[in-house]
Amino acid sequence: MIVLAQAGRDLRIAFRARGEMAHPVAFFALAVTLFGLGLGSDLQTLGAVAVVVVWVIALLACMLAAESLFRRDFEDGTLEQMLLHGRPIFLAVLGKLAAHWCVSGLPLVLFAPVAGFMLQAPTQALPVLVASLAIGTPTLAAIGAVAAALTVGLGRGGLLLALIALPLYVPVLVFGASAGVVAASGLSALPQLLWLLAMLAAALTFVPFAVGFALRLSQEY
Amino acid sequence: MSVRDLACAAGGHRLFQGIGFDVRPGELMEVRGPNGSGKTTLLRCIAGLFTEESGHVDVAVEEQPLYLGHKPGLSPLLTPLENLRWYLALRGREPRREDCLAALREVGLNGSRAVLCGSLSAGQQRRAALARLAASSAPLWLLDEPFAALDESGRGIVRSLVRTQCAGGGAVVCATHEDLGVAGAKRLEIAA
Repeated sequence: MIVLAQAGRDLRIAFRARGEMAHPVAFFALAVTLFGLGLGSDLQTLGAVAVVVVWVIALLACMLAAESLFRRDFEDGTLEQMLLHGRPIFLAVLGKLAAHWCVSGLPLVLFAPVAGFMLQAPTQALPVLVASLAIGTPTLAAIGAVAAALTVGLGRGGLLLALIALPLYVPVLVFGASAGVVAASGLSALPQLLWLLAMLAAALTFVPFAVGFALRLSQEY
Repeated sequence: MSVRDLACAAGGHRLFQGIGFDVRPGELMEVRGPNGSGKTTLLRCIAGLFTEESGHVDVAVEEQPLYLGHKPGLSPLLTPLENLRWYLALRGREPRREDCLAALREVGLNGSRAVLCGSLSAGQQRRAALARLAASSAPLWLLDEPFAALDESGRGIVRSLVRTQCAGGGAVVCATHEDLGVAGAKRLEIAA
């Protein structure tokens, strides 16, 4: 019930601040378009590279979205209400993560086929691209949440957040992008997708606790 | 709850030391002291939001204490009613609409009006935060200058909420510069 209450609240807030919600998605669309224009329509250069480009841009969009995850709650004091005394905070964190992914990760997954098409990714790679993003972006959101929780007390911690999150993003990117590349060459991407699933499971297990600890630290001022 | 030999430091600077007191059910403890003496830090420490340098805080209550700090703890993009329902749900209580509306009415707000907290005045926001007290079942309240930004009737509401809490066997620790008007209130002075 706590998960649902928290997720419902965050979704409601997100829809009331629609402009801000659209930032990561707009960034994703713009970057993909720019890449498309810059690379031109040379089929030799594009192809499997397109899949990697979509993945990297999705990763950066996730990082961009992570910064605002706890910012509002920290500033208006709802974060301290969430944290009060010895309560396990992981349920509320899970709810927050779910809502966060719905507004920042899910649109990327839905937009990915269009992006892949714009960059002329091989058609047989598109389903795998979508699947790998659907499994990978929640993991990225979870890792971003840890970095966001660690930096929320620091005012503008944008660069620090990137420094913390990017190294942790690497394994997800490696398997996510390689799933698309493998599929583009006509092979099965199942091993990569299973690795992504394993990383998601690990992230969902550990991240809520790590975020809880980090948020508690953010209150020590 | 009890506090034993507590010392806290903030920003490399010792705020207070050797603080000890007990608060039993039905009691009010007023924490007094000049600005910057560490009243807020003491309350945050009891709430578990701040780690003490040394000493013990023992809060022996089943439900976690209610904390009302300087920050309103309201999302400016939600109405007072939505904020209160989220707060109750987070504490594992069923956020029934009628209960929440009654609590908001008690602090002088019309909960069914769909006005976002962000467009309320400072005093009205404070009242929306006070609705948490009115809806609370927590046995211990930690209030940090609850009178801030409130008009005379708002102050009256705070006093009556605290009186009701103490009469119902609940305990209150309150940092304040003003009298709360509860008979038999204990007082803790923190020196600057």
